[in-house]
Amino acid sequence: MAQRIDTKDLNIYYSSFLAVEAVNMTIEPKSVTALIGPSGCGKSTFLRTLNRMHEVIPGARVEGHVEMDGVDLYGPNVDPVAVRKNVGMVFQRPNPFPTMSIRDNVLAGVKLNNKRISKSDADDLVESSLHGANLWNEVKDRLDRPGSGLSGGQQQRLCIARAIAIKPQVLLMDEPCSALDPISTIAIEDLIGELKNDYTIVIVTHNMQQAARVSDRTGFFNIAGTGKPGKLIEMDDTATIFSSPAEKATEDYVSGRFG
Amino acid sequence: MSVATESSSPGGSPDTARLLATVDPARRRTDRTMQVLIYIAFALAMIPLIWLIWTVVAQGADRISIDFLTQSMRNIFGGDPRGGIYHAIAGTVIITLLATVISVPIGILTAIYLVEYGKGWLARSVTFFVDVMTGIPSIVAGLFAFSLFALIFGPSVRIGIMGAVALSVLMIPVVVRSCEEMLKLVPNELREASYALGVPKWLTIVKVVLRTSVAGLTTGVLLAVARVVGETAPLLVTVGVTDSINFNPFEGRMMTLPVFAYRQYSQGNAPCPGGDSATCVADIASQNAWGAALVLIAMVLALNLIGRLITRWFAPKLG
Repeated sequence: MAQRIDTKDLNIYYSSFLAVEAVNMTIEPKSVTALIGPSGCGKSTFLRTLNRMHEVIPGARVEGHVEMDGVDLYGPNVDPVAVRKNVGMVFQRPNPFPTMSIRDNVLAGVKLNNKRISKSDADDLVESSLHGANLWNEVKDRLDRPGSGLSGGQQQRLCIARAIAIKPQVLLMDEPCSALDPISTIAIEDLIGELKNDYTIVIVTHNMQQAARVSDRTGFFNIAGTGKPGKLIEMDDTATIFSSPAEKATEDYVSGRFG
Repeated sequence: MSVATESSSPGGSPDTARLLATVDPARRRTDRTMQVLIYIAFALAMIPLIWLIWTVVAQGADRISIDFLTQSMRNIFGGDPRGGIYHAIAGTVIITLLATVISVPIGILTAIYLVEYGKGWLARSVTFFVDVMTGIPSIVAGLFAFSLFALIFGPSVRIGIMGAVALSVLMIPVVVRSCEEMLKLVPNELREASYALGVPKWLTIVKVVLRTSVAGLTTGVLLAVARVVGETAPLLVTVGVTDSINFNPFEGRMMTLPVFAYRQYSQGNAPCPGGDSATCVADIASQNAWGAALVLIAMVLALNLIGRLITRWFAPKLG
């Protein structure tokens, strides 16, 4: 199910502006990789290049390679739509489709693609995805109600259910808990711990305790100043990053001396 | 807690009460003045509307009958109080429907282009020309359609489709404008959510963007229909007038409600020797005009109500 991702000399641009420079990173399969760093350092931008969502923004482009099991995601024969089917994404703000019921939101990846699915398969997929997102017990009696009627934390777990319903290889999470209260945050963190048995997970977070709690490896991004490109400063096992990082900047950041 | 309430003086601390009291009479006066002005403005805006509807109903209601709605004016002359506007209702419905069928796909596709694809000089010039088209006088649209068809069929041609083309010229920019605004209201997050599920762009537009904004699009289209359904001048030059029923927009003249009202009103009183009788009513033409106007207003009102209902049915639901 899960696959490894390597980026090689990845430069990320918005038009002519170099936003993130020369990222070489290895993301291990079936593990949680956390990306931390101050605001504006390019963590989310980097994350969005991993499923080719970056290029949705006009003028945005990348140089270099992102390889999934050795296949370059930016290669000539690669379809960005197919990439996104295999690399799911959960956004910072919960964004269920407001016109769809809870059930249809989970099935969105199937239904929006005009794929046919039998009712029993659909029921199974809805139930397994909602179980996977720890939401089944809360919504099983109201699957036909609108998804936007749920609480923020439930909406975010609905979005996770929607993302895992398309059975991706990799799951990207862009600050999935930043709009949530502590209890919903714990629910999602527990969920991340379970999901890593099946998926490769990359999570961007501003919360260093969260990175320490959920991730196996942590990458620290930093920016030299406004207008300068963000860089991957250091990447190591999470325990190492938070106890004895190799770089001074990392130590300053994780110990709260700046940022 | 009860101790604290007992210890404080009744009515609370006078210092705090003074801090919280409104001590600014000038602001209170401004507030009152503005409130009154706004109510007056609202009343002023409503007066012409109420007056207009009242006049049309008062003048036209008497003429409305089953016969008036189901008969044409064929072989009705002078002060003959028989006949009706069936041919005009049919013409208006057919021509407006055709104009809608032409304008809505073009308008919505243009709006989709502008919001989802367009960038650079092409999108800017499309926006510019749509703005210019919004301001085109309706008679110019009529003359345009007339000269277009006259090139092909000769100068004496008058058919329903010409009117539909003329109305489309007026309708397309309204549809583009309102649909563009509605599509812009769809949050970008929903598009990204759809892309992130591996949904191609065109399916995202069809099943997420259009689906989310369908209520607004419908309202926009209906408002555009309401805008053109009462057009007179372009239909006068393109569709002409007739007293007979004609359901075929590709052959022969058609009557429409606004043109009918105009024609009847400009006829003036009929000579009725011996005063009004069962077979001759002097001001029957004027009565016909008011009756047609009332039916036209009722149609626009019905369109708006349908728009409201559709908005309610399709709007994204909460809770």
